[in-house]
Amino acid sequence: MSNIVNLENVHKSFGSLNVLKGVSFQVKKGQVVAIIGRSGSGKSTALRCINRLEVIDSGLIEVCGRRVSDPLIDLRGLRRDVGIVFQSYNLFPHLTVQENITLAPRAAKGKSRAEALELARIVLRQVGLADKAQAYPEQLSGGQQQRVAIARSLAMEPQVMLFDEVTSALDPQLTGEVLKVIEELAAGGMTMVLVTHEMAFARKVADVVIFMHEGRIWETGTGDMLLNPQTAELQQFVDNGL
Amino acid sequence: MNNEFNLNHLYFLMQGVGWTVILSLMAFAGGGLLGFGVALARISRSRTLRWLALAYVQLVQGTPLLILMFLSYFGLSIMGLSLPAIVAAGLSMTIYVSAYIGEIWRGCIEAVPKTQWEAAECLALTRTQRLFMVILPQALRIATPPTVGFMVQIVKNTSLASVVGFVELARAGQIINNSLFEPFVVYMLVAGLYFLLCFPLSWWARKLENRLLAGRKPEPELKKGIGNVQYCES
Amino acid sequence: MTYKFDFAAVLAQWPLFLHGAWLTIQLAVIATLLGFLIGTLCAFGRGSRNGWIAQACSIYVETIRNTPLLVQIFIVYFGLSSLGLKVPAYVAAIAALVINIGAYTTEIMRAGIDSIHKGQIEAAECLALSRLQVYWHVILRPAMERVYPALTSQFVLLMLASSITSQISAEELTAIANRVQSDTYRSFETYIVVAVFYLMLSLLMRLGFWAIGQAVFTRRRRLGTTM
Repeated sequence: MSNIVNLENVHKSFGSLNVLKGVSFQVKKGQVVAIIGRSGSGKSTALRCINRLEVIDSGLIEVCGRRVSDPLIDLRGLRRDVGIVFQSYNLFPHLTVQENITLAPRAAKGKSRAEALELARIVLRQVGLADKAQAYPEQLSGGQQQRVAIARSLAMEPQVMLFDEVTSALDPQLTGEVLKVIEELAAGGMTMVLVTHEMAFARKVADVVIFMHEGRIWETGTGDMLLNPQTAELQQFVDNGL
Repeated sequence: MNNEFNLNHLYFLMQGVGWTVILSLMAFAGGGLLGFGVALARISRSRTLRWLALAYVQLVQGTPLLILMFLSYFGLSIMGLSLPAIVAAGLSMTIYVSAYIGEIWRGCIEAVPKTQWEAAECLALTRTQRLFMVILPQALRIATPPTVGFMVQIVKNTSLASVVGFVELARAGQIINNSLFEPFVVYMLVAGLYFLLCFPLSWWARKLENRLLAGRKPEPELKKGIGNVQYCES
Repeated sequence: MTYKFDFAAVLAQWPLFLHGAWLTIQLAVIATLLGFLIGTLCAFGRGSRNGWIAQACSIYVETIRNTPLLVQIFIVYFGLSSLGLKVPAYVAAIAALVINIGAYTTEIMRAGIDSIHKGQIEAAECLALSRLQVYWHVILRPAMERVYPALTSQFVLLMLASSITSQISAEELTAIANRVQSDTYRSFETYIVVAVFYLMLSLLMRLGFWAIGQAVFTRRRRLGTTM
């Protein structure tokens, strides 16, 4: 089974609001899948269901061989395999960059201090912030903080990484440095699911682009699909440059 | 001698409640007046005044109220004055309240944005006019919740007047207990009466605070340090 | 005024006062540590999903905060002994102080815990940290750093309030002052001297807490900003 992530007919409502109305897609190992769509289309919710930040009402989600929809799932085991980077970085303000990164490997994976420090050194070099190990998050720019957040997830050596609109909160000048890191990760073979507004980036980096509209998958294809929309909704979305 | 708890005892306790309320109001009035002066002194342009007020506040806040009670009680007597206990109690409570409420109000005055001062200055108002016509009315709004909250502290602190013999609620309870020898029942009842006095004030203070902070995150709560009177003891 | 101040007789008792100050410090430190523990547990209890636990903690906090410490001390000391449990005054004093400071600590810690952004907790859970690890690393540690000023000023107030335990004859500075003033007949001078001692003690405590804060909260020490 080379499907790292498998969603089948997923339904999810928040109270009376029906957010996901039968979503199905697969992510193969090493693939980069980009999910695009308007606000309220359900794309972030779909992403958050993958690591069980949201619990689905019906359907099937399987990640790395685990059944995410199963209420008895080993949640910590799942989260060791699935990394996530948030729009608002969510770095721990009272810890240095290095401590942010080494906390989880030591506490959740039982790594020794030396092993964790080595991991931190490697991932910080990967995101280009090797000299910021002793800084506190508030001393860094938004782009730097987001790169630290990526490094923090990477340090857990996940099998798949989720990116929830990670550049939406950044100034335009700072988006570039974060996108560069994501592109390098993709080139390195990491399995990724990206929810993003950066359409040009999605076209360039993603193997599969999924366009969601009103809780359903409206179109799926490669990046070129964006140049050749089959549906009116995608055409309108592309035209609005959203 | 083992009497039963009867209506006379309840009546005696209610009298204690009455004196508690009276002492609390005295403390609030006197302490409020003096405290207002302290707050103004703390923001005065005169360095000496600022330092004097700071020293006063630090001195009073660093002394237990109980000791202040003893000091005013014995202090008054060595001056040759033979006054009822309520005077000593009132005096020490006034001093105590003035220091804490002065700091609360100073904080509230400083919470009014600096831009208000600037705007008033640009309208050619004198410093006094700026203070009384522009800043204080705004500070008043900010000050209402913590002031009401502090009133709870005042009511609770009046219990210490019992040690100088003033018959407020706590002392009334002690006196009744000395004839009944039922401390648990008596003091639980006394606690209940204090609760009935204080809880409505606490609830009101919380309501005022929520209304004031509607939409804003309650940051001030976390940054208070010494002089944080919302949590003062007794 | 024909009164002649005579501090000499009172100041001669300085070893006694020092001993009293030491007793007060002991009382304050023990009550602070235990009260902090109880307060933190109760703060979590207040946010518990179990309705009974949350209600119980709320009732505890409201009851203590709306009744005077003096009456609480009487209930603990006299009340318990009338129910058959004989406790020495010192133990009753500590118990009453702990119960009292526990309630105030709960409020403060609750504010600190509530100030932690949900996103932080989500991020921690997504890093596969256990529930306990999330509580400690992501909630308690930053919460304590945030509320440290409010918390420590509360503890200093507790030390000052310990003077009230003299009313049940617990051995501490005020009780000793009462004895000295009745021996020397120099009441005013005695209480002035004792007031100075309390001032010294509060200064000492504030200094001590500041030093601890600098040592423990590296972020604050290095950056000098509040979180």
